[in-house]
Amino acid sequence: MNKILIIINREFSTRVRKKTFLVVTIFVPILFTVFYAFLMWMLLKDDNEKRVIAVVNESRLEKPLEQINNTHFVYVDHELPESEYARYLREHDYYAIAKIPVSVMQYAEISLYSLSLIPLDLKNEITTQVQRGIEEAKRSDIVAQSNIPDLDRKLRATRTPVLTRTLIVSESGDSRESSSEITSIFGLIGGLVIYIFIFMYSSQVMKGVVEEKTNRIIEVLVSSVKPFQFLLGKIIGVAAVGLLQFLIWIGVGAVIIAASKLFLFPGLDIASLQGATDLGALAQNNAMQTEQLEILQYVAKTIDPSFVAQFMGAFLFYFIGGYLLYASLFAAIGAAADNETDSQQFITPLSIILIVALYIGISAMKNPDSSLVFWSSLIPFTSPIVMLTRIPFGIPAWEIIASMIILMASFLFFTWLSGKIYRVGILMYGKKVTWKELYKWLSYKG
Amino acid sequence: MSFFKATHIVKTYANHTALDDVSIEIPEGSIYGLLGPNGAGKTSLIRIINQITAPDSGELIFHSRPLCRADVNRIGYLPEERGLYKKMKVGEQAVYLARLKGLSKQDAVARLRMWFEKFGIGSWWNRKVEELSKGMAQKVQFITTVLHEPELLIFDEPFSGFDPINVELLKHEILELQQKGTTIIFSTHNMGSVEELCSHIALINKSHKILEGPINQVREKYANNTYKLSCRYNSNFNPAEVVGSEFNVLSQQIRDNHQDIILQQESFCPANTLLSRVLPAADIISFQKIIPSMNDIFIRLVKGQEHE
Repeated sequence: MNKILIIINREFSTRVRKKTFLVVTIFVPILFTVFYAFLMWMLLKDDNEKRVIAVVNESRLEKPLEQINNTHFVYVDHELPESEYARYLREHDYYAIAKIPVSVMQYAEISLYSLSLIPLDLKNEITTQVQRGIEEAKRSDIVAQSNIPDLDRKLRATRTPVLTRTLIVSESGDSRESSSEITSIFGLIGGLVIYIFIFMYSSQVMKGVVEEKTNRIIEVLVSSVKPFQFLLGKIIGVAAVGLLQFLIWIGVGAVIIAASKLFLFPGLDIASLQGATDLGALAQNNAMQTEQLEILQYVAKTIDPSFVAQFMGAFLFYFIGGYLLYASLFAAIGAAADNETDSQQFITPLSIILIVALYIGISAMKNPDSSLVFWSSLIPFTSPIVMLTRIPFGIPAWEIIASMIILMASFLFFTWLSGKIYRVGILMYGKKVTWKELYKWLSYKG
Repeated sequence: MSFFKATHIVKTYANHTALDDVSIEIPEGSIYGLLGPNGAGKTSLIRIINQITAPDSGELIFHSRPLCRADVNRIGYLPEERGLYKKMKVGEQAVYLARLKGLSKQDAVARLRMWFEKFGIGSWWNRKVEELSKGMAQKVQFITTVLHEPELLIFDEPFSGFDPINVELLKHEILELQQKGTTIIFSTHNMGSVEELCSHIALINKSHKILEGPINQVREKYANNTYKLSCRYNSNFNPAEVVGSEFNVLSQQIRDNHQDIILQQESFCPANTLLSRVLPAADIISFQKIIPSMNDIFIRLVKGQEHE
């Protein structure tokens, strides 16, 4: 037992002190933060650019376009051919020309001419405004033609914006609000991270095994410890590196979230945001726009502490379980191969299974309960990825428990099996190994 | 009282038998040469003694009781194929290997300092193994093999890869260890070093042990009563006329001023009698019994089996 600890210690400390560990540990959170910050910025940013758009209004609509953020509209009265537009835009320093033709009431079609691509938001906003203008005009026509009293007000009252809340219920009677878009992203990121972790750390185990075999130090090592003990120590040591990295990321993540809250939205706390109904008031208190708060609330609602805890727990379990399963198989492959290129033929099937698992995980976002997704979340080779993408959707506890038990049992079985191959393989030099031979090795006496 | 005994060891792999009913007995304090051509089963036997693999059948007795797992800490092994972690620092790596043999960290560091001092390699402590030459790395590996002061040391081709100066250094260390009471198993193809170092040998060929015993007895056994007589050359001296009916002249060779005569003794006759017959006829320089070298014995036995 003591010897296993010595091995774990070496496997752990040599890897943690490597530069690559430091680089990956630091850069991944930075990359994530930058990516997330960029996403938030895209969502929240005001369109601050000052633009002036010339409107050629040939329709009977009265000033259908009004100021949008910093974009102003001037109504011009020009009869220019389209070929002159570019010159015209440049001369007057207009950003674009919006042409609203006479036929707009019939065909609902306008044109925007500009020198560069118009931002999607701006285009949508212009469309909406023109659309409203047309609707308004059509309605007034109807109101004018009919003699129904108060028709205008009545028609306006029919306007009903719909808000869809999505709730997840459980048998214990709880229900919690969720937004399926964000939970599914959670699941996908979780599945992806597990996939990367399993691959990254299992291949580290394999690399270590191949290294020890090719430089022959393994022969000295196994004269001190049992091969299986050594393998176990190695697998656990590398897992500890993964866990440490993960914990650092969680810590850094927590700090970044706390810091960004402090700097970006001082005085706003998640709990009050989650419960808030009158966002307008809250927005005024925090000097923010209501739409910004809407998005924040949307995100905040999914960050339910109990959900996060459950998800993190599941993540850890499936990371460890999946890693242990694959690491022992990768170790057996490393032992059977004579060098790294040699190991490819054995790795390919495993990589394919992992990639398939990732694709099933992605498809689980669309339909977390299809039979393919269901079965592959029980099969141990795919369950770490697939089950993790399913969990945010809320699935019956028995499925999770069954999948976990199957994963544990198969990890034990395959580690035992791999141990047998490992034991023989590490001492076989200069031999190209076939699948048939691997099978024979299982019967050798240790 | 034997120190280490392996009896009736059988080890079979999928399509060949590596060891077939091999028994060896290693006396305490001996340097025991384990000889045999490539693929004879030496490495399989060494791995079994090291408990790296288990025999299919047979027993291993250490200090008159079955060998057990904890005994790995009392055995030191220098495999033929040597290697260390290339990216790891020398000192750190040596401490790691020593701790796996049951030494505490403090003991390992203290002993390593001593050995590094002795080999004059103290400055290597913080260097990575990949920065060392092959010979340097071998020295480090030798130290890690003997550091935990094992009672039984197993060297598989210890001199391969060493330059002659380091070979001498190593031989010296091996003999010193023996004098301290360490029993050493020594596997090699280099018969010269066998004669120089070994007190006992076993010869393994084609998965069988074909010879075992104290090296002098073995060589004596294969001495087939031939003698070499050297005289100063004298054209009047005809050995066949002088040596008598008990001896046959197998060959003679005249070189410079010497005449070397190889005699085969056909029936018993004391050496003194022979010499007294030759004395009047020739000027004797030397007379000796021819004892075959281990090399001759090795080749004779292994080749002999090939013809069977």
